[in-house]
Amino acid sequence: MTDRNDAIIIGAGHNGLVCAALLAKGGKKVLVLEANERVGGAAVTREFAKGYSVSACAHLLYQLQPQVQKELGLSTKPSGDSMQTIALSPDGAHLRYSEGEVTGAGDADARSYRKFHRQMVRFADLLNTYLNTTPPRLGTAGFRDLATLARLAFDLRRLGRDEMRTFLRLIGINIHDEVTERFESPLLRGALSLDAVLGTHLGPRSPNTIMTYLYRLAAGHGRLTVPRGGMGALAEELAHAARSAGVTIRTGMPVRRIVVENGRAVGVETVGGECFDSLTVVSNADPKRTIMELVGTRHVETVFTRRIDNIRMRGNAAKLHLALDGLPSIDGLGKNDFGHRLVIAPDECYVERAFNPAKYGEYSAEPVVEMTFPSVRDPALAPTGKHVVSCVVQYAPYALKTGWNDDAKQAFMKTCIDTIGRFAPELESRITASELLTPADIEREFHITGGHWHHGELALDQFMFVRPVCSAAQYRMPLDGLYLCGAGAHPGGGISGAAGRNAARFILREQSA
Amino acid sequence: MSAREVHQGRLQTPFYSRLAELDTLNTWHNWKGYTVPDALYCADTEYFAIRNSTGVFDLTPMTKYRITGPDALVYVDRLVTRDMSKIKPGRVAYAVWCDDRGQVIDDGTIFHLREGEYRLCSQERHCAWLMDAAIGLDVNIVDETADVAALAVQGPTSFAILSRMGINGLSELKPFGLMHVEFDGFELTISRTGFTGDLGYELWTAPENAESLWDYLFAAGEVTGIRAIGGDALEQARIEAGYIMAYIDFLPANATVRTGRTRSPFELGLDWLVDFKKPNFNGRRALADEKRSGSTWRLVKLDIEGNKPAKHAYIFADQKGKKNIGFVTSAVWSPVCKQNIALGTVRMPHGAPGSQLWVEVFYQREMHWSRVMARAEVVDKPFWFPQRRGLTPPELV
Repeated sequence: MTDRNDAIIIGAGHNGLVCAALLAKGGKKVLVLEANERVGGAAVTREFAKGYSVSACAHLLYQLQPQVQKELGLSTKPSGDSMQTIALSPDGAHLRYSEGEVTGAGDADARSYRKFHRQMVRFADLLNTYLNTTPPRLGTAGFRDLATLARLAFDLRRLGRDEMRTFLRLIGINIHDEVTERFESPLLRGALSLDAVLGTHLGPRSPNTIMTYLYRLAAGHGRLTVPRGGMGALAEELAHAARSAGVTIRTGMPVRRIVVENGRAVGVETVGGECFDSLTVVSNADPKRTIMELVGTRHVETVFTRRIDNIRMRGNAAKLHLALDGLPSIDGLGKNDFGHRLVIAPDECYVERAFNPAKYGEYSAEPVVEMTFPSVRDPALAPTGKHVVSCVVQYAPYALKTGWNDDAKQAFMKTCIDTIGRFAPELESRITASELLTPADIEREFHITGGHWHHGELALDQFMFVRPVCSAAQYRMPLDGLYLCGAGAHPGGGISGAAGRNAARFILREQSA
Repeated sequence: MSAREVHQGRLQTPFYSRLAELDTLNTWHNWKGYTVPDALYCADTEYFAIRNSTGVFDLTPMTKYRITGPDALVYVDRLVTRDMSKIKPGRVAYAVWCDDRGQVIDDGTIFHLREGEYRLCSQERHCAWLMDAAIGLDVNIVDETADVAALAVQGPTSFAILSRMGINGLSELKPFGLMHVEFDGFELTISRTGFTGDLGYELWTAPENAESLWDYLFAAGEVTGIRAIGGDALEQARIEAGYIMAYIDFLPANATVRTGRTRSPFELGLDWLVDFKKPNFNGRRALADEKRSGSTWRLVKLDIEGNKPAKHAYIFADQKGKKNIGFVTSAVWSPVCKQNIALGTVRMPHGAPGSQLWVEVFYQREMHWSRVMARAEVVDKPFWFPQRRGLTPPELV
């Protein structure tokens, strides 16, 4: 047996790495075990066709928490300036917006959007404070919990009476109502709807899609970047920071189970049969996988099991990767415009209609698309003169009625390419290789149950005090020695590092007490 | 769980024809969908059958689940607070099960019928809870309430009657033991269990054998005063034995709305059923906390002066009634103990065994109500615990 580790982290996803690095900086001896050959989890760059690389899952960086960057001394270079969003219009009159400024809509919309963005950012800032802290327990007399709650109440009140009321009104409602009330331009309504529902099993008319929109804005006010070298570069940098702090990272080591003895986690056993001891086991895997598969329900209690079992995590976003022998042309766009984020969501109803079939286990006949051409900013991702496309396409339900067999994948890929082809007619002829990752593929490749970005739907009943489930929202699971540090824990998914950082701080605080 | 046709109206148990034949009062009540008698001729006579000869009670409506599968032991062990690995095949365990907050959902008996095959028997239905508890485990749970006809045969002559009926090997059967026998061509399971606190057995068989079993039993019991009994007599007997009832002495945790209305095993005097040596069971973490920080309530057995049953009475720490500390949940005059007895709930730290409390008893004489403050002593042991109950082999009387 080797020296006992102070902590073992299951999964070198970005949150796992952040957690590992901060625990190590806190003086812990940390071992990270990653199932895949490379670190990063869903933050990874990989080659999908010879010479063509792409961020295989997450592809835009907009949620990385500044605290994480600061505490780990990250210096990931974005490739180029922050991106605009270009909402594609069939008639070439596209709309562009970024961080409160919109062009291509009328003056009234420009003013409304500026006002809307300012208000949303204010609310998102409030939210962000609490994304970066352990959520307080309700109904306890713990000083820390009460203090956090009191601060939350104070921060809410400090918005002012009207703004507080607006916040409380908006937090539960849907984005559709809000954008139709505020804006004329269908393109702007559609694009903002898409922003709110990306990565969720929600449509613009679903409840709490303002909350998901705020969540999106929380860390960076909606400023979009891509790291040079793709998302994998960020993961490598995090891994480097972790290793510099003394963390041992071992890849290709899938964990088979969390070893439980006498009612507490005492280590892990890998698929290869190797055992590692530690009295602190931190899982970067999603809560369902962690409890149902790695721990086993026999080691935890029934209500907790049921709650974990009932976490909604039906992934609905697919990744489409295309290798192109050249940029296609899109009416109304110049070459440089391909370095921005292009979205296909012509109006808010289009997005809702795209969502409808997903409720019944079918994919969208007309999907919404978030499309980037990362090689425009970062030519190293493709051979000279060639390009890669990275798209998030919705909705592609995890539990497709027919199952995600080859026929279904081919058919959905064609649907996606046709949808994009309406704006870029020559796209199809330029494709030299392609790859579609459905939520089922994402589950397989990144070990995320249901292939859900957030390791659990981002909804008010699975948020803050009740994330991942009621009575286990403070990273510590009801099994001594077991913690969560991934997106399934508070606050949720996206490349933010908040869950990993909060978990590390919680564990350090608890173990020093 | 198997799907069943939904019946309109009350069900009849497989013993209904025999009960109806003996019934002279025609007072029936609804027990979990079945029609069962309050009493057949006279509740008091029936009660005395339990204590002096043998009373036969139809307990078919008791909820019964069959639990099988590779994880059956893991499942029941996690479900209840006591260590089920100690309950070998052929043994029965009285057990209590809790939610994650350590609050009691129900109590009941778990029969280890054969290796890895269990029957959970309880007052309340627990389908949803049992299915939740099965998540992630390889077990099969079947509601067999209607598939098993059951009779409680309780009283000092019960052993003699069953022996006379021709059941071999009964003399070795210890309390909380069970055995399977072939009787008249059908399988009969006999357990030395009951809800009366007396010597007694419970018989379990397929519904089609019910009437035949009844007839054999009553033929064998005729000379020793066997009597069919109703729910009223049993209620009296179970209070004497100090047994608690769901919805009377406690509320199932998943049936309460208000906070503080549930009870932990400690608060029901069931500490002996909680085994912290087990690394995990439902409620363990919460119960360990409670053990450290103390309980809120205590279940007390009260020996009350006078002869007026203290039904629904408040319990006070002082005779003047200034300090209200709890309430009575079950009360009865015990003919066999010649005591006015009750079960009640009081706030900790009141009610330690041997302590003296006061019970406010209301009673009515010709319409007018009177009130008396009766002295009550907290007793530790069950009011009724005859030596014969534990004797193996039992006396052949």
